[in-house]
Amino acid sequence: MTMIETRTEPMVINFGPHHPSMHGVLRLMVTLDGENVIDCEPVLGYLHRSMEKIAENRTVVQYLPYVTRWDYLATMFTEAITVNAPEKLADVPVPKRASYIRVIMLELSRIASHLLWLGPFLADVGAQTPFFYIFREREMVYDLFEAATGMRMMHNYFRVGGVAADLPYGWVDKCEDFCRYFLPKVDEYERLITDNPIFRKRVQGVGTLSREDAINWGMSGPMLRASGVKWDLRKVDHYECYDDFDWEVQWATDGDCFARYVVRLGEMRQSAKIILQALKGLPGGPYENLEAKRIASGPKSEWGGFDYQFISKKSSPTFKIPKGEHYVRVEAPKGELGVYLLGDDSVFPWRWKIRPPGFINLQVLPQLVRGMKVADIMAILGSIDIIMGEVDR
Amino acid sequence: METGIDLQRSFVQLLQGVGLTPGLAHALWLPLPMVSVLTFATIWALVATWLERKVSAAVQQRIGPEYAGPLGMLIPIADVVKLLVKENVRPAKADRWLFALGPVVVVMAVLLAYIIVPFGHNLVITDLGVGIFLWIAISSIAPIGLLMAGYGSNNKYSLLGGLRAAAQSISYEVPLALAVLAVAMMSNSLSTIDIVEQQTGYGILGWNVWRQPVGFLIFWIAALAECERLPFDLPEAEEELVAGYQTEYTAVNFMLFYAGSYLNLVLSCLLVAVLYLGGWESPVSVAALAGWLGLSLENPLVQVTAGMLGITMTLLKAYFMLFLAILLRWTVPRVRIDQLLDLGWKFLLPVALANLLLTAALKLTFPGVFGG
Repeated sequence: MTMIETRTEPMVINFGPHHPSMHGVLRLMVTLDGENVIDCEPVLGYLHRSMEKIAENRTVVQYLPYVTRWDYLATMFTEAITVNAPEKLADVPVPKRASYIRVIMLELSRIASHLLWLGPFLADVGAQTPFFYIFREREMVYDLFEAATGMRMMHNYFRVGGVAADLPYGWVDKCEDFCRYFLPKVDEYERLITDNPIFRKRVQGVGTLSREDAINWGMSGPMLRASGVKWDLRKVDHYECYDDFDWEVQWATDGDCFARYVVRLGEMRQSAKIILQALKGLPGGPYENLEAKRIASGPKSEWGGFDYQFISKKSSPTFKIPKGEHYVRVEAPKGELGVYLLGDDSVFPWRWKIRPPGFINLQVLPQLVRGMKVADIMAILGSIDIIMGEVDR
Repeated sequence: METGIDLQRSFVQLLQGVGLTPGLAHALWLPLPMVSVLTFATIWALVATWLERKVSAAVQQRIGPEYAGPLGMLIPIADVVKLLVKENVRPAKADRWLFALGPVVVVMAVLLAYIIVPFGHNLVITDLGVGIFLWIAISSIAPIGLLMAGYGSNNKYSLLGGLRAAAQSISYEVPLALAVLAVAMMSNSLSTIDIVEQQTGYGILGWNVWRQPVGFLIFWIAALAECERLPFDLPEAEEELVAGYQTEYTAVNFMLFYAGSYLNLVLSCLLVAVLYLGGWESPVSVAALAGWLGLSLENPLVQVTAGMLGITMTLLKAYFMLFLAILLRWTVPRVRIDQLLDLGWKFLLPVALANLLLTAALKLTFPGVFGG
């Protein structure tokens, strides 16, 4: 390539850790030639809280309040993986009703997470208004969470073998109302955003990630699916009860920011569809394994004993994580959220390795922004959808 | 030709009646329009900031300011008071002079341009022969102030913002000037008074917007770009450059930038009203209205009413455009720098040139409609 002779020195500029569009405390050291990005180096760790080490001297129930601080916008998924890992290792069955409730909560959480991706993403390309619209629906999701779990963000709702409490009276109807309200709202977003020529120009063909690259970089979630890989762990792993529902994996082939936008909007619709089906087919029965056992073994059950009768009596039934190691994963809104768990026949896990989707997806950022404009950094970073809480843990 | 009330003549005559010399009377008159336009321009800019808050709140399903005065109307005053009492911080390694002069240059350039905005036949500070050209010329000074601020702040975001401001205003000045040129060609004058004069007589049908629809759009787009409004607010793009050239500014200096941008916006809206929406002309012309009511235009009451109506009309049109600008700001995303320059040079410039050519051709073909 021929270079013009009067080139200036490249400028190294520091975006973050406190910069309006760094999604928390990400820091990018960007080398600029005028408006062109020559190189970009992400610096992580500003929100590191030793989440993995903390897990090593907490029982599962003690650790549950921490996990919602990984990805604080898709909180149900962090709880799900935290209980799924020991459950799978110890072969704890989950009652059908609990599984349905979990799916409903997970999909609501996915909607909330995607909504809070949509707003900041649009803000990153300069449109502030959708940010306020998304909070309208997200508030409703959080109201539903509050009604069922008592908390809006840090729910602490999942338990090994089920969920902490059954759905309150009337919740199912409210949730259905929400889904019926929400689906037209997604259309509203589409009308507002999708065909806006400026938006199209800003995101189409920007940050293109090929299918091979996406696989080689270990992408997951919408990042992977937007690059033409039809890979959704809900279909691949058949976990919980996703097979009971009629829904489709959202994917696109372009691999650019716009494809990711399309995939995420599609996923919000699919989530609402799944919730509607789950609410309709919500089975009766126990919502938690202990209760299931109690019902199964009749009135003389040891689970009906004094210690287990009242929630406050014995705060956390100490659940021993058996010896063994394995990797468990769920399809979080940002991608594959996994835990590599080493049990040592103790109440504490010996090792608790988290695979956060945002961390892995963020790796590809320097390659995507190289050679683009300054403004594209924000669009691409926004489309990756990172939460520093889980990137740094 | 009937020119309505002439405050200057009346004022000077009044003072001469008291026994002052004509020179002294004129000297006493001089500061009055300047001070009043300065005051009113500031008030309009403050109203614009209030509107920005209220309209953006309505767009975003919020309420916006509501406690500071009725409907939060005192919030601009609160803003000003807050910014006046804040500490004025200058970064240690900033250039003292460039840093201090930047905002002043910006505001001065914008305020200076207000002298050519007419609100009625004689309701203008000065009816310059080069009128609208003066505005185009001095609006090019503002980016120098932005560049000074960006360069003097010793901050990389500011520098990038200042450079963007310079690139942007150079690119959009050309289509802006060409759009104005088409209007000037139709009215055979650069004077803003003549430009409005040429649109009078037929009410809403006589406005330039019908004869210059393309020019109107080009002017509006270029004016938004000159004012650094979304979708063209790249110099201060919050998500990219934190606050662009304003990043290091606080207190009064920041207020100058802030006021400057809104003053500039109000000015651009006023000029849209003057150039394309018939200036002080009502949708139904005053002459026709007076004729129906059987009143003579010489009637002092009619003259005062017409003058007031003219001011109101100009402001109404300007604030309608301002409303559109605010709506636009809260609806669309921001363009990228290369797209911005492409739009300016590869689209607006050729279209503006074609528009100018078409106007010239139409003027030769239909001299009655397009100005002989």
